[in-house]
Formats: sequence, structure tokens, C-alpha cells
Amino acid sequence: MVNVTINGKPISVQEGSTILQAANAAGIVVPTLCYAKELNEIGACRVCVVEVEGLDRLATACNTPVADGMVIHTDSPRARKARRANVQLILSQHDCLCPTCVRSGNCALQELSNDLNILEVPFKSEINKGHWDRTVPLIRNESKCIKCMRCIQTCDKIQSLGIWDLAGTGGRTTVDVSHNRVIKEADCTFCGQCITRCPVGALQERDDTQKVFAALENPDVITVVQVAPAVRSAWAEYAGVTHEFATPKRMAAALRRLGFDYVFDTNFTADLTIMEEGSEFVDRFTNRENYLWPMFTSCCPGWVRFLKSQYPELTPNLSTAKSPQQMFGALAKSFFAEKLGVDPHKIFCVSVMPCTAKKAECELPTMKDACGDPDVDVVITTREFTRMLRARSIFPGALPEEDFDSPLGTGTGAAVIFGATGGVMDAALRSAYYLVTGKNPPADAFKAVRGMKGWKEATFNVPGAGDVRVAVTSGLGNTRRLIEAMKRGEVEYDFVEVMACPGGCAGGGGQPITEGYELAEERNDVLWRLDRESKLRFSHENPDVQALYAQYLEKPLGHKSHHLLHTDHCAWTMPQKVK
Amino acid sequence: MSRLVIKAADGQRVADGLYGDLERRLASAPPGLCPVDLALSFVTVCQAQSCGKCVPCRVGLGQLANLLRDLLDGKASMCTLDLIEQTAATIYDSADCAIGYDAARMVLSNLKAYRTDYIEHAAKRRCLGSFQAPVPCRELCPADVDVPGYIALIAEGRYADAVRLIRKDNPFPVACGYICEHPCESKCRRNLLDDAVNIRGLKRYAVDNAGKVPVPACAPATGKTVAVIGGGPSGLTAAYFLALMGHKVTVFERRKKLGGMLRYGIPAYRFPRELLDRDIEAILSTGIEVRYECNVGTDVAFEDLVKEYDCVYISAGAHTGSKARIEGEDLKGVISAVELLKGIGDGEYPDFTGKTVAVIGGGNVAMDATRTSVRLGASKVYCVYRRRQVDMTALPEEVEGAIAEGAELLTLKAPVRIEGDAEGKAAALWVKPQLSGLLDESGRPSPVNADLPEERIPVDLVIVAVGQKIETAIFEKAGLPVTKGALAAMATGQIFANGKIFAGGDCATNPATAIRAVAGGKVAAANIDNYLGYHHEIGVDVEIPAARAESKPRRGRINTSERLAGERKQDFTCIEIGMTEEGALTEASRCLRCDHYGCGALKGGRINKW
Repeated sequence: MVNVTINGKPISVQEGSTILQAANAAGIVVPTLCYAKELNEIGACRVCVVEVEGLDRLATACNTPVADGMVIHTDSPRARKARRANVQLILSQHDCLCPTCVRSGNCALQELSNDLNILEVPFKSEINKGHWDRTVPLIRNESKCIKCMRCIQTCDKIQSLGIWDLAGTGGRTTVDVSHNRVIKEADCTFCGQCITRCPVGALQERDDTQKVFAALENPDVITVVQVAPAVRSAWAEYAGVTHEFATPKRMAAALRRLGFDYVFDTNFTADLTIMEEGSEFVDRFTNRENYLWPMFTSCCPGWVRFLKSQYPELTPNLSTAKSPQQMFGALAKSFFAEKLGVDPHKIFCVSVMPCTAKKAECELPTMKDACGDPDVDVVITTREFTRMLRARSIFPGALPEEDFDSPLGTGTGAAVIFGATGGVMDAALRSAYYLVTGKNPPADAFKAVRGMKGWKEATFNVPGAGDVRVAVTSGLGNTRRLIEAMKRGEVEYDFVEVMACPGGCAGGGGQPITEGYELAEERNDVLWRLDRESKLRFSHENPDVQALYAQYLEKPLGHKSHHLLHTDHCAWTMPQKVK
Repeated sequence: MSRLVIKAADGQRVADGLYGDLERRLASAPPGLCPVDLALSFVTVCQAQSCGKCVPCRVGLGQLANLLRDLLDGKASMCTLDLIEQTAATIYDSADCAIGYDAARMVLSNLKAYRTDYIEHAAKRRCLGSFQAPVPCRELCPADVDVPGYIALIAEGRYADAVRLIRKDNPFPVACGYICEHPCESKCRRNLLDDAVNIRGLKRYAVDNAGKVPVPACAPATGKTVAVIGGGPSGLTAAYFLALMGHKVTVFERRKKLGGMLRYGIPAYRFPRELLDRDIEAILSTGIEVRYECNVGTDVAFEDLVKEYDCVYISAGAHTGSKARIEGEDLKGVISAVELLKGIGDGEYPDFTGKTVAVIGGGNVAMDATRTSVRLGASKVYCVYRRRQVDMTALPEEVEGAIAEGAELLTLKAPVRIEGDAEGKAAALWVKPQLSGLLDESGRPSPVNADLPEERIPVDLVIVAVGQKIETAIFEKAGLPVTKGALAAMATGQIFANGKIFAGGDCATNPATAIRAVAGGKVAAANIDNYLGYHHEIGVDVEIPAARAESKPRRGRINTSERLAGERKQDFTCIEIGMTEEGALTEASRCLRCDHYGCGALKGGRINKW
């Protein structure tokens, strides 16, 4: 322990602590901006500067370790002046048209500037508009970027892809796609993790809400919406209601208020995915020699993009099952259109996803299996969904609980956990066990794959099939480590679940942003609770899925399934082009 | 009114001080900066120097700056590029004095050298520049040695840990503590404040005070075998790391002892042999086998090594002295510096007592030969060089040391022939006086014959020190490619794509520094490991002290000192006196910790494993 004095208050802290940690421990707030705990402690913005007695210059609280006897003033006139001036310098190059900014009201710079009572900037305004291809799912607004470098660190340290880097030198240094590439040429997975860590409006998803509003307003169009499992863990965070209040049924009501003709649930096709992918796994497992091992899950489009650009030779290891989103789209424009007796071209299929990569997935040339149109027309993120609710003055706190529509609106507990890391594996094992043994295992038999650890592994014995070695990873940096270890022969698995975002879809790049907090774990808990509270916890017990097979698909891996629910991952290359 | 007044001496003092600061700042600029941005900054400074009389300089430089700014701001096109070039040409052609026309010359040469960068800005509104040296010392060390890391350890008195940290990248900490040319210091950010940190001096302090530091344990044996041809710094570095990775290494050394040029090139007064032996002992403690006095090509066939071993690393060095190519070079009494130093490496000290010696050359080897001749008892030693003293490639401290020890520089004298006596022995060196001429592309003046008669310098011995060559014959015979006299290895050290033969050090680079040779060995070790199908990582479990918050006032650099010239020239004992503890700790505190401050914080100031 070392003893320091902060603002006259003597405190004792762990050796190696930073001034910021010491101040926080003493309940003293030091304003920060570029700082992101354990990710970006680089002292770039110079907002957290403090005065340390005996030093000729100010020190940054975020990355200066305390020393015994240090006397620190976090709020001295000198520190205050520098902090204020640095924020004004940042503002001089920031496009301060806040009312039209996607992050207005949820912006670290706005809040800081307000907190410091900055009402004018004495410097010349130098806004650089920059250039960006606004057709991709990931949008960068140069004029908003404050060069905090969090995006660079996120992609380097968490996702191991290095899409972002500093570009140029000197006063014109900025952040851009690394190696002088443009985003379309880069191997970006569009996971959106950089967006959720951006303190300002420099990074955002491509806003597709106007396309959805246009469809909702068009009387000739039948609007069908699906909503992904993880969305229900976060959709009402902005509204200040509890998770317990913000039930899936209230979310269904919200979607209905927006004017969707049919409010369905991706949980339905999550259960269907388990039927197809689980059967595929059992098939591969019992005909081992015909396949490459391990089998990878294929429901996360960020992961699929990662694999296809980083390890294209492993593409055949992916399950051929489409993601639940794409299965849903294919069924909406085939089975459901037939059921309604309408021309499938009239159906406008919208997905609400916790994910930005889903926007790229639905645009894949291989995802037009039902009627020739894209199976899913528009993907909006959870954030866009909440913006739509705000735009229509729909308040989650005032909504009643309503059911999803039938038949594509039912899901089991095994489906809802698709949004949590380990959930797909857990659900798949529950049904695979049943498929092999004809009996249900206890629903919590596969607990070992749950939890926030970035790389989990377990072996389960399935009577009649033998030991199944599984691994679950989330975050592409963890994924790369797993694959490298696999390639070196250090680990061997039969089935691997990969989610590009840390913590799985609950921590997805399309989820709401709360500056300074990673909420993936809390949202995971919501999903696991919903599973526990479900009456049905096995995908194969979903009655609507059973009916779908009976009426339409016949059987898992059957002819129709093959056409609608499976895909050829090798039919396109990264960056996204048809082969 | 007075007819004349005395000019004030210090009217410019502050301005000159700032120019000095700027000069140091420019000299230590990191590589990779945007050349267009730099051109704009230069032009702006040049314009500030304009007297304002002439149009091209007063107005033209300002307009040039505007155009460059447009280019940087993405408001220009390819036409702007043409206009920049034309305007600069006009200023060059028509400015009245050098303030204007030399500014334009700088812009034109910048434009010529970096045209791709200019085009990228004009056509794509993008910049190819990138800040490439977050931690300049580590970046400029060919072997990537963690300089801020070991300086921080020295500051805490953890000298053994400093040695362990250095060995992670370079198994020759002692050698480099004494004789490294320290490229790490050239762009040290401390130059901005006052002067580079004395990195090499600090390293010497660490190795002098670390005691015996054991090497880490080797990885489990892989059963793979590697033959290393030549036991110099490159070969032993590769051998060391490969042994740590668990491979079985055999070094084939032609001479009686290991060390290569560290023993057979560098005189003991610069690097005492017993200290070299400390590095070698540590390296060999990893279990490397050495076949001494085994000449590949005669004692064992190169092709057999290729057949018998899983991998071969050629690090044969450059051990043949180049000829001065003048008449009389075959006379008795004419020797090459390489031969002289080679003999001394095995302890064979010739006696030059009473003799007059002329050393031909201006590089470090020429200085080694000069100062060695002084120590061998020569009554007079001349160092004959065709350019000026400032043009010598030898380190300035080497040249000054030689002068202090009584050697005389004969500069601007081009050797033309050696005159022999009746017995066929060298009797005199004839030289042609030179005039410093036009600058060549590197900015060094080329000497030209002066309108003066040849001069005769009576001598007993002539030592030729004009470079070294590589013996490539046996490798060429085996079908290995040779370019510009050196083995043509790729940047990975590999000779052929996916082949089992690697090469590095002087034999692949032509004569270079010890640390470049070490780097070659390190790179080869990593790639040989991969070639053999492994991915062993080399790291070290030394925790680096966190950068402390402390003031860094401007302060003088602490240098090592030398024994008195009159005393040191009598013997081959080490001439350098290392830092005191007080000096070392003060010098270590000068380090600005670029691994923590500045871009190092973002880009990672440290490579923990390779």
C-alpha cells in the first residue's frame, strides 16, 4: 500500500494504482474523456490532468501511477485551466451540431463540456468533413471524431483485426481504415464493437430507420418484423425501466405500436436453427470421416466474416445452417406468404438485431432463397429500434404486455439464450442429446458453457454417441487464440460456438450504449433468467416448430430445409463479393 | 553620427538558441512523417527568413505554402501538383539569393523523392505518412532491444534483470555495452530537450555490475538439427536462440576461437577479450556444440551440411581485406588491416617499434589499425585519407582518440602508389593532394585532384584499411545467389523460398555493425524455428518498472570517459572508463520513457515476446 494525499485528503491505495483509481477510491471525481478502463489508458485527450506537487508539469490521472507521499490536486486552478482549454481545443475541431447527432444526450464530450460549463470556444472552428462510403453498415463521421483512439484499441486488443489505425502525421493525423484501405476493401467484420466504445457520434451504424418508416407507411406492403433474442435484454435501457418490467411481451407491444402488420420472434427460428444445426452435428458426428473438425456454429455473421477473411480454409467447418435471422426471412417469404396467400414480393421483412454485421448478412448475394428478393429487407439495430420508438413517442414505461403473433412468434428457453455467450451451444446440446438418446437431459446439464469467460471448454458424455468436446468463445481476439491453438494441435474439439462480440449478442455492436459500462454480463443474466422461467426449455419441444415440420418442411435436413434454411458459405468471398 | 559602431555580440543569442533547438529537433525527427506536411513547414520557415526584396522569395514561397496547404487539406488536384512544381522551379530559377532559391531546391528535391505521397494527396486526398517510431530507440535498434525497459531497470539498480531483458533480443549485452554503434541514440526524443540519453554507456554500466547472469532454460529438445557456419555475433545469436527453442545447434568455426569480428576485428583496447568471453560463455551454456578450426569448404563440405542438418545458417562474415588498387600493393611491408587485426585476435602481436606506419582509409577499421599501430610501438603513424576529416566514416570519437594518441591525419591526400626499395620492401607512399569538390548524392563532397605535385611520404609499413569483402566462392559453387558481393538472402534470412538455407550478418549485408549482425541472427532464428515447424516464443519474465511521474528538466548528458592518452597508448587495456553509480543513475533518470509517454502508450511500447 502507498499513502498519498488527494485534495488534502490522506488515502492509502494499492501500489501500482493510477492517480485516477486512487481518486475514485477516495470518492473524488476526475473528469476523463478518452479513457476506457483497461482498454485505452493512453492520456490522449489530456482532460484528466492533475497537479502533482514537485512536478514541473501536469500529469494525467488515467495512466500515472501513484508514488508514496505523492500530494495531488485534481482540481487546482492550473489543472482546471488546462482541462478546460483542452476540451475547448477538442471542440474547435468537433462538429458541434448536436441536435442532429445520433449521440446527442448520450455523448461523453457533450456531457463533459456541459459539466465544465464551457459556453464558448475561443478558437477558430476547423471541421474536417472527411470522406466515407455511406453504403456500408459501419459509418464513420470524421467531423465528430475526437481521436480518442478507443476504436483502434477495440479492434486491436479485443477483436485482433486492426481495422482502424492512425492515418497521416502531424496536425492532420486522424483515424482511418488501416493500411490506407477503404472500408469496403478491408476485412472488417462489421461487428460494431468500435461503435459501442466511441464516446461521441464519430462511429455509428448505417441508419436504416427511414426505410422501415417508409415501408410501414406504404399500404401496399405487408410488414413483418422479427426481433432477436438479445434485443429483449436491452431495448428499454434508455427508458429507465427495469429489466423485469421491460418484458418481451412489452417489446412485442412496442413493435405493434410502430405499425408492423406481423410481430414475430427470431426465437422461433433460433429453435429451428437448433433442429437443423443439431441434426447436422449429430449427422457429422456419426459420420466423422466425411467432415472437417470441429464443426463451427454459423449464426454470428461477424464471426463468419472473420473466418472467411482470416482463415478461409476453415470455411467448410461452418455449419451450413443459416442464422436464425436468415431462416426467418426465408420462411417469411415462403411458408408464411403461402399461408397468407399473398405474393411474397409484397412482404417487407424487417429484423431488429443487437448487431451491425446482420446488416451485411442480409445483403449477401446468397440470402435470396425464398422468392428471389432478399429474404430480409432491412436490419435495424436495437439502437435504431429505440430511436424509432422515440420518434413515434412510444414510451416503454406505458406499454401493456401483448403476445407475439403466430405462427412465427413462439420460442423456447433454448432459443432466448442464443443472445448469451454459450447459449447456442447449450441449446444445441440439449436437443442433440435428445436426438441421439430419445430422452431429454436436465435442462441445466450443460452449465459449463455459460458465463462471461472468453474461452470456455467442456466435454459432455452423450450416451450412445460418446464424449463430445465443445468450446465456446466470444470476442474475435479470443477466437483467434482458440483457432491458433487448434491449428498448432494444442486443443481439439468437436463443436465450437463463436460469437464475435464479447459476451455474445447481448454485448453486440448494435446494442444501446452506456458510456463507461459494458453491460453484456447484466444482459446475459436477463436471458438466462428468461430461459429459467420458460415452460419449454428444449427447441425440439417448440410446438410451432413441430407443426412447421409436419406441414411444410417435413424433416430437419430435408429437401426444403436444404433449400431455405441452409447456405453455401463458400459462395462468396471477403471482402463481400460473389465468387 | 559615428562612422562605424561595433556590432553587438549577443543580440541574436535567444534566436540562435532557438535555431539550435530546432536543429536538434529536426535531426531527431522520427521516420515516416508526411513529406508534404514537412515541405510546407520548411517553406514557411524559409519564407520567414526572406529579406523581402525579391518577388519569387517574398511572394512565391508564400504561394507555394498555400498550394501545399491545399494539397494537404484535400482541396487540390493533379493540376495543383503541376503548379507547385512550376512555381518551385520559377523560384529556383529566378530568386536573387540562396534564401529563396535554396528553399525552392528543397521543395523540388522533396517532390522528386516523394512523388507518390504527393500524388496520393492530390488524387485520393489521403496521406501515406505514418508515425513509425513511437519508441525511437527500440525502433532504431536493429534487434529491437527494449531500451526504455532496461534503462528503467538500471534506474532501480536491477542490473541482472537489465541483462536478462537485453538477452531476450540480443545475447551480446556485454559486447554491445562496449562497442555498439548505438543507432538507438540517433533519434532519442531526449534530443529535443538537450541531448540523447547515453544508452550505450548505461548498458555498459549494467553489464559491468550485473555479475554472472545465467541464461534461461531451453525448451524441450525438438530433435531438429541446425548447422551454423561462422561463430561471430550473427551465428552465435542464431545459435543461442535456436538452442533456447530446443533445437540442436552445431557451430562450425574456422578459427581457434569464437567471436568473429568482435575478436578478430575489434582491438582489445576497445573491447577486452575476457569480456567477450563472458558473452560467449553464456551463449554456449545453452548447450551449443562448436567445431573449432573447422573450415566449411575444406574440412567439411557445405553440401554435406545441407544434407545432414535440418537447416543451415550461413554467417561467415566478411573477412577479406579489400585492395586499395594502387601500384606496389604487393610489396613486403604492405598488409591489410583485416590481417593485422586477425593475428592480434589470436594473440599474435607484431612489433612495430621504431617504425613509420601509414594507414590508408578513413573508416573505423582504419582507426583501429592506426591506434593498434601506435600501441605496437610505431614511432610515427599516419592515417592517409583522400577526403577531409569531417568526411571520414569513422566515429568522430575514434578519430579524435587516434589524434590524441599521437597519430597524424594526412587528409585530402589520395594514395597513388607505394614505392619499394631494392629488397622489395615498402619504402614510401606517394600521395596526390586533393581538393574538396562537388557534393555527391549523399551530400558528401567528392575529392578531385588539386593542382599540386604528388608528395612522397617515407614509410616502413603500409596498412590498407579500405573495406572488407566476403568469400562467397564455396556458396556460389553450391548454387546460392550472390548480389553485390554478398549472399542474396530475403528479409526473412531465407535464401530460397521455403528452402532450408538461411544467411545473415556481414556475409549477407556486406560489412555492417555488430548489432545488425545480431539482428540478422535473431530474425533467422525465428524463421528457422518456423521452417522447422515450430512456433517457440522468446520472452522474459522481468517486470519493467512503471514510468514514474517526475520532472524532466533540461540537463547535460553524462558521458563515459577515457584513460589519459599518453598512458592508454602504451597498452591494449580498455581505454574507456565506465560511468560511476551516481552518473549512471542520473543518466538513467534522463530517459523520457517513450514506452509510456506519447505514441508508445497507444502503439504499445513493448514487444514482450517474439
